[in-house]
Amino acid sequence: MSATITAPSEMTPTRTPSTTRPFGLVRHSVALAKRSLIKTRRTPEQLLDVTLQPIMFVVLFVYLLGGAVAGSTHEYLQFMLPALLTMQVTFASVQTGINLNDDIKKGVFDRFRSMPIARSAPLIGSVLGDVIRYVISIAVLLGFGSLVGFRIETNPLSALAACLLVMLFAFCMSWIFVLLGMLVREPGAVQGIGFLALFPLTFGTNLLAPTDTLPGWLQAWVDVNPLTQVMAAARGLMVDGPVAGPVLHTLLWSIGLLAVFFPLAVRAYRRRT
Amino acid sequence: MTYAFQAEGLVKRFGSTTALDGIDLAARQGTILGVLGPNGAGKTTAVRILATLLRTDAGTATVGGYDVVRDADRVRRVIGLTGQYASVDDDLTGTENLVLIGQLLDFRTPDARARATELLSHFELADAADRPVKTYSGGMRRRLDLAASLVGRPDVIYLDEPTTGLDPVRREDVWRIVRTLVDDGVTVLLTTQYLEEADALADEISVIDQGRVIATGTPGELKRIVGGQHLDLRPTDVDRLDDAAAILAEVSGQPPESPGRGQLTVPVSDDTALTAAVAQLDAAGIGVAELSLRLPNLDDVFFTLTGHGTTDTEEEAA
Repeated sequence: MSATITAPSEMTPTRTPSTTRPFGLVRHSVALAKRSLIKTRRTPEQLLDVTLQPIMFVVLFVYLLGGAVAGSTHEYLQFMLPALLTMQVTFASVQTGINLNDDIKKGVFDRFRSMPIARSAPLIGSVLGDVIRYVISIAVLLGFGSLVGFRIETNPLSALAACLLVMLFAFCMSWIFVLLGMLVREPGAVQGIGFLALFPLTFGTNLLAPTDTLPGWLQAWVDVNPLTQVMAAARGLMVDGPVAGPVLHTLLWSIGLLAVFFPLAVRAYRRRT
Repeated sequence: MTYAFQAEGLVKRFGSTTALDGIDLAARQGTILGVLGPNGAGKTTAVRILATLLRTDAGTATVGGYDVVRDADRVRRVIGLTGQYASVDDDLTGTENLVLIGQLLDFRTPDARARATELLSHFELADAADRPVKTYSGGMRRRLDLAASLVGRPDVIYLDEPTTGLDPVRREDVWRIVRTLVDDGVTVLLTTQYLEEADALADEISVIDQGRVIATGTPGELKRIVGGQHLDLRPTDVDRLDDAAAILAEVSGQPPESPGRGQLTVPVSDDTALTAAVAQLDAAGIGVAELSLRLPNLDDVFFTLTGHGTTDTEEEAA
């Protein structure tokens, strides 16, 4: 480096640009979501859980359990895939908390926090950026599913609605993991605690077996579990079954999760030092 | 007197640990305040409070006239922060890092790009602009980190140990950049555990230890606390060491010490001691390999002030 470096601010006389541009929160969140997307693109190994993992689950569940539970792998695939899609997208939302925890440890967020932007912008940016993970997960599941025989029995529009609904739910649910990411010290702990909470939520449903085959206490859990509703909604919109009730429940749960955990996560982020 | 930033009586506790125990810090506009202290002295905690990242338990702080708690958002518009660990994003390129910061500072995207290009070329990172930061060397990262804190043309910049872990050449690079900043009217708060660094850069130094300011002054003032100046001499011919010692004894009024390898050092109080020594050495025909008048270094200052050296205490609570 030569000795000729001059103060960079000498070159452009304009002062700090206008601070009155509107929609700051939206623009800042989108800019930060782009950052998150770039990071995902540059570290494709982080996408294994939304690319290979869904395929692995389809193969394992369908061929391991299909014969025993449904008597045929095709029928089981029709029964299980919409629910598996829900599970996968929910799983994918944990990564947001892991990434945020990592970001905070590395000090990148100190810079963001020392800037005149909304406290929630970096969190919203991360959660928005990770929506791409949901999309990939769904694309892989539907793509591979159709290869092994899954067929949408309703119509494409309705199936699209199912995907959007599941993504909305995961988006709202991911604020739990954002909160977790703010509270614990290590990214690994986010993963550990996150999945510890997610296993009873995702598997404690009729994902793998019809509810009426379960013992009474488990049926009671399945009935109150919000994931049961999301899976039922996905099933109804993609294959067959009731739609209105499960969709309404899913929307209510989504709003509820967002209303509770978004403020908690932002508060925890503010307090984290 | 107007200060670019001013902190009074800052107290911060983490559980039972007192990180800051009533610290005062201030710097006039366009000057560098060096905050000097060992690990765990509270330097980073003080910076984090002034950067609105942490709330003080007691005391007040203003930056550019704005209170860091009540007017945090206004403070954030005038500051730039370079953390102890380079806080740029490894997975992003140099350009992407700077453009993102520009966008967050409400630049329009073309302006953010222009500013990024401008800064990258001035920090001699233009060739590496489109490479992910994880491929950068330590020195390049620090330069990018500095560039990142300058995107919004801040009035006050916090440099929290900006040269920790850099080799001496790279350290000089950073020093040069810091000096150009103040030439432009920016006020700098520089924390360091390198005594040499504070001496080289700071207009004023606050020495802190265990959450307290134990001394404040210009580098010269601090060094004078420890006593007078020292005259160091190394004659070219080691055989003439005794003759040289006699001359120094006559000039200073006390016998010199020999720290080793044909060297002599003696404290002097008279301003004319150096010229007198030169004249007498010349008259005696003693060749001089090295002759210097020096203030005690800041290591000496720390020892005098605290009674102990700059021993590291436990890791700084961040």
